[in-house]
Amino acid sequence: MFRAAVRLSVSGVRSLTRTQPRCQALVASRCYSHGDNETDEEFDARWVTYFNNPDIDAWELRKGLNTLIGYDLVPEPKILEAVLRACRRLNDLASAIRILEAVKDKAGPHKDIYPYVIQELRPTLDELGISTPEELGIDKV
Amino acid sequence: MFVLTSARVGGVVARRAAALTSTTSTTSTTSTTSSSVRRESQDHSKVSEEMDMSRPMYWDRVDTPLPDKPYKDVLTAAEKSLKQKEKGPWTELSKEEKLALYRLMFCQTYAEMKQPTSEWKTIIGGMFFAVGFVGLVVWWEKIYVYPTRPRTFEEDWQRMQLQRALDMRMNPIHGISSKWDYEKGQWK
Repeated sequence: MFRAAVRLSVSGVRSLTRTQPRCQALVASRCYSHGDNETDEEFDARWVTYFNNPDIDAWELRKGLNTLIGYDLVPEPKILEAVLRACRRLNDLASAIRILEAVKDKAGPHKDIYPYVIQELRPTLDELGISTPEELGIDKV
Repeated sequence: MFVLTSARVGGVVARRAAALTSTTSTTSTTSTTSSSVRRESQDHSKVSEEMDMSRPMYWDRVDTPLPDKPYKDVLTAAEKSLKQKEKGPWTELSKEEKLALYRLMFCQTYAEMKQPTSEWKTIIGGMFFAVGFVGLVVWWEKIYVYPTRPRTFEEDWQRMQLQRALDMRMNPIHGISSKWDYEKGQWK
């Protein structure tokens, strides 16, 4: 998940001496409000499975994406790959481009995240024929 | 029926068309259902666009990228054929076609949504105007409302008052008289 990557990339050495962003205390029950804390991998896997559903419909795509963008994180490229393929199954190019814009917006001041995501998604983008917002010129007004 | 009246776009539109093709506005206001009858007869004199909030709406929001419906769902024949082409491989679409598909689905891009407005100038200007207006009100108050200034505020009265306080050794431990040096006849 990108939470750890964001913190490390921004603060460099400082992050090693700072306390961990997620609670990794010895007493596991103290740090979360209810139930088992989900790991990053479980979170990613859950969302990849959601979007990889071959029968996903347009509503589920919108709901899933709006929810995902609502979280305080930038989605992993593997989740986004599943999203793009879901867009392809639904014949929705516009939403695919919209998602890339949303990901760039989610990264906020961390300017190095979006190029990394695009770099990771490049094979999928080329395979499906999805242009990035930059290629279409809509990243500027 | 719950209807939203948006004040952003001018012009006369049929209610049904407005419900299908309208966009949300940040300055929209809500109208009550009781005024729906009045609205029927005033359709031709309306300046604001109406939105049927009981149907899926379109929106441009950075935190919710995919709205419930496409921006344009009434398509011309050319647009319909483009949507058909979208069902095939996207590698065969030109940049202009991809852009056209985007604009069919969405009204504003993220860059357009996040454009800075000049609203802050209105706000600051309005603030200064309000402060200036209040200044005028206070000036009028000074002339017409406040009673005359008491004599006790005058310079020589204040001096005599202070002298009296020091003479009677008022608050000699921590107060005014403790700050006066009686031997040297000056402030400590």
